[in-house]
Amino acid sequence: MAILIIAEHHHQHLGAETAKVVDAAQQIGGDIHVLVAGSNCQGAATEAAKLANVQKVLVADDTAYQAQLAENIAALVVELGRDYSHILTAATTSGKNFMPRVAAMLDVNQISDIISVESVDTYTRPIYAGNAIATVQTTDPIQVITVRSSAFEAVSQGDEVPIESIALVKDLGLSSFVGEELTKSERPELTAARVVISGGRGMQNAENFKLLEGIADRLNAAIGASRAAVDAGFVPNDMQVGQTGKIVAPDLYIAVGISGAIQHLAGMKDAKVIVAINKDEDAPIFQVADYGLVADLFSVLPELEQKL
Amino acid sequence: MKVLVPIKRVIDYNVKVRVKADQTDVDLANVKMAMNPFCEIAVEEAIRLKEAGHASEVVVVSIGPNTCQEQLRTGLALGADRAIHIISDEMPDALNAAKILQKIVEKEAPQLVILGKQSIDSDNNQTGQMLAALCGYPQGTFASKLVLEGDKAQVTREVDGGLQTLSLSLPAVVTTDLRLNEPRYATLPNIMKAKKKPLEALELGSLGVDIKASGLKQLKVTPPASREAGIKVSSVDELLEKLKNEAKVI
Repeated sequence: MAILIIAEHHHQHLGAETAKVVDAAQQIGGDIHVLVAGSNCQGAATEAAKLANVQKVLVADDTAYQAQLAENIAALVVELGRDYSHILTAATTSGKNFMPRVAAMLDVNQISDIISVESVDTYTRPIYAGNAIATVQTTDPIQVITVRSSAFEAVSQGDEVPIESIALVKDLGLSSFVGEELTKSERPELTAARVVISGGRGMQNAENFKLLEGIADRLNAAIGASRAAVDAGFVPNDMQVGQTGKIVAPDLYIAVGISGAIQHLAGMKDAKVIVAINKDEDAPIFQVADYGLVADLFSVLPELEQKL
Repeated sequence: MKVLVPIKRVIDYNVKVRVKADQTDVDLANVKMAMNPFCEIAVEEAIRLKEAGHASEVVVVSIGPNTCQEQLRTGLALGADRAIHIISDEMPDALNAAKILQKIVEKEAPQLVILGKQSIDSDNNQTGQMLAALCGYPQGTFASKLVLEGDKAQVTREVDGGLQTLSLSLPAVVTTDLRLNEPRYATLPNIMKAKKKPLEALELGSLGVDIKASGLKQLKVTPPASREAGIKVSSVDELLEKLKNEAKVI
């Protein structure tokens, strides 16, 4: 039995999620191979080769995989994946994009967003915005799984393992890359940060989000947002935490001016410590907060920044 | 061109679900149901394509028991031209749903299929991608902008680091993200008119789909671990003191 992990990466660097998927894979048990499919992606492959418990790294380096187009990546993974009992990837937007395509081409179901490995064929996953946890068992011959990285620990570094080049080029020509607009940030990645501070509709405008920046700098925190703040145009949508945005589980989550709708809680209620700052003492966020401060954020935030 | 929009009847997004005492599933008896919010966005986008002169016909389709005709009527009231109901007492898993929809795609030959990116009940985020795979079509998932140009669709997608724009050859499958549009409400006259629009009910068996038993079995459903009740602090000083000395997170 062997497990194939499709690496999340930015070509030159491995994404932080991949080391957590390896953790899930080692709990299933078996040889673990990591596939890096990209363009000029030797950097990511070298980093993958240093992850503990990985036996081999496969690299498919071609411009066809540059933009991680689902059609091309899925075709590659299907061809390589038939020799494996499990195919895993992180439940990032990239993994969520190509993995169900892989599953359908292999005529199996996918198990999305697992949060624990119960046995070699049984997993748990949240449903209904995290308001219920389903334990599911699969009898599919190849198990296709996406992993919620916030639920697993990153494996440490181990001995460097061999890197093998795969000369398989799948360029289906069904889609092409036009352009991208990436949000630039010096701060830690939202899904990997130890501390996250998020603002909601209570921030009132984009300008006021600057009030969070000083605090984020002092705590080395990532800045997140609720859907309301994103929809109001205060911040870009890749900062959204929730059922339809990013799922985070930091040590400390500070929710500022966020009421705490079900859809937002789905993205952060596994944080170790939750702090809520809100002037409405009946806001649902206080039901999950370890420490709640009922106060006007505009007076609290500058004070907090000053005292940190 | 024809646009096909698969929609799903799910629990209303504002309802807080309860797990059944016997842990077999969540309790859906006497719970308010509605069209999945992402499907509403898909219907809205199709209607806008029609209003802009890109689409000639919008067909909504749903799989499920008779109750899902309510959501199909909603789709018609919003502006869809006709509806197809695939009768199934059991809700199919994502793979079987995609196989059923593939048959409808073969039958209707739409140039564009627009689905929601995920349903808020199973939270799978799979059906659109699986349908694209089975049809051999390109996919534009998590779309926040859709532009049709000749035989191509330009789709701007919400990805982890920001936005990515792809060009897809038609026919294609697109799944909607929240920011694609703001769905309209059905007006009373349109709700009345929708009752007269065609709704075709098809037996699942008549489609010739090779439905295989699901490889997935739900062993149990449990409530999530509940958090211990927290405390309210009265000042920033007290908050910082607790975070430093009690929680030890800063």
